[in-house]
Amino acid sequence: MSQSRIRVLVGKPGLDGHDRGAKVIARALRDAGMEVIYSGLHQTPEEIVEAAIQEDVDVIGLSILSGAHLTIFPRVKELLREQEAEDILLIGGGTIPEEDVEVLLRQGFAEALFTPGTPTGEIVGWIKQRLEKKGPEPARAND
Amino acid sequence: MSRDEMNEWLERLLRHERRAVAKLISRVEDDRGRAEIMHSVRAHSGKSLVVGITGPPGVGKSSLVEALTRYYRENGERVGIVAVDPSSPYTGGAILGDRIRMQAHTTDRDVFIRSMGTRGHLGGVARSTADVLRILEAGGYGRLLLETVGVGQSEIEIMRLADTVVVVLNPGTGDGIQAIKAGIMEVADIFVVNKSDMPGAERMKNDIEMMLDLNGGAGPLRRPPVVLTSALQALGIPELGEAIAEQQAFLRESGQIKIRRQVQLQRETWHYLEEKVRALFDGTWPQIPQDWLEAGERDPFGLVEKVWAKMTGGRDVS
Ligand SMILES: Nc1nc2c(ncn2[C@@H]2O[C@H](COP(=O)(O)OP(=O)(O)OP(=O)(O)O)[C@@H](O)[C@H]2O)c(=O)[nH]1
Ligand SMILES: [Mg+2]
Repeated sequence: MSQSRIRVLVGKPGLDGHDRGAKVIARALRDAGMEVIYSGLHQTPEEIVEAAIQEDVDVIGLSILSGAHLTIFPRVKELLREQEAEDILLIGGGTIPEEDVEVLLRQGFAEALFTPGTPTGEIVGWIKQRLEKKGPEPARAND
Repeated sequence: MSRDEMNEWLERLLRHERRAVAKLISRVEDDRGRAEIMHSVRAHSGKSLVVGITGPPGVGKSSLVEALTRYYRENGERVGIVAVDPSSPYTGGAILGDRIRMQAHTTDRDVFIRSMGTRGHLGGVARSTADVLRILEAGGYGRLLLETVGVGQSEIEIMRLADTVVVVLNPGTGDGIQAIKAGIMEVADIFVVNKSDMPGAERMKNDIEMMLDLNGGAGPLRRPPVVLTSALQALGIPELGEAIAEQQAFLRESGQIKIRRQVQLQRETWHYLEEKVRALFDGTWPQIPQDWLEAGERDPFGLVEKVWAKMTGGRDVS
């Protein structure tokens, strides 16, 4: 009997010290039956990617309020590529101006970005749908 | 996953590739090819002794794991950590937060931290926690640390997994008495009074020592030491490291490790059998005729015997 669970790393990079948003998301994902690895405040991209690999998560969710999104998302993507772990989905939330959202998504630096006030159900739904497409036995490039 | 793919992951595991460690842990945890994977992994593991850290919620288990990891790293050891948190019994989801306290080691390539949800398993660990520890060992992490769920009781499960059971308590709480009531006295190899920077630590130590005196002859083979620590102020950590080393040397030199491993094997075997018996029962119950059930209301023990006979196909397996 398979006991598979969607695993998500919720991280809070950057220097701003408040993680209420990240905690709300973490709880919503848990209530949707996912395993959420909560890695705390002030994470560097290196720490986030390393933790994601050790925990073998399906998704990394970053909460960014510090305005550093234009450097952090590309950096996390780059590290995932270096580790041959591009199959891990990268999503984010926080205060990201609309034009930056467009740039990040277009350049493939994130799979999805949710603006403040997005109902948590929408984020849950997005994750479930994306991972369903991969099927129960995901066909991953390096798997 | 095809056999070839699995073999490739297993080879990469033995080359100590971290991605392989992580992937194989997921497979085993999700019960995808678990038996085959563990068959290979067991051939390359089992020598390392497991230090299990247990105790009530919030006593500082994760903080101690962090501090011990620092201690072992200074000795050049590679550390594999499993930290278990409870899964929600309603949704199966979990928030796994033990890593927060271990952040300092995240990017150290000689440390591997894996969080697990209990996924419905009781007793402070997950169903496959023992397997995950062995995967870490095969992946090159020779010093194994396990943090259980913060529970005050039913610590027997940790005996199945840990060669060194460290029970952590705090000063100025009712922890000591609770622990004794819950039967922790019998399973502890080492007691730690953490947060000894707070008042009442010496008193707590004395309480524990007194209980150990009372336990007297019937107690464990080796009287558990009581170590005062402050994970916060990094006090008492070398002393804890030494207490662990002494207990593990005792296990090996006295041959106790062999007995202990056999007890673990017994528990592990029962653990699997329990699952099988439950599945058999669940399959049998709907076939029980109505008149048996009616008779069973008057004579439940008679019904048990009949169901057992049906489950086992009339063979006498008792
Ligand atoms: N004063 C003091 N506080 C400590 C010490 N060790 C840990 N703490 C604090 O106690 C709290 C809980 O620490 P954790 O290490 O998360 O405890 P835990 O036993 O792993 O908790 P759970 O996994 O939730 O059961 C944190 O706020 C720590 O900072 C200590 O030695 N002294
Ligand atoms: Mg903890």
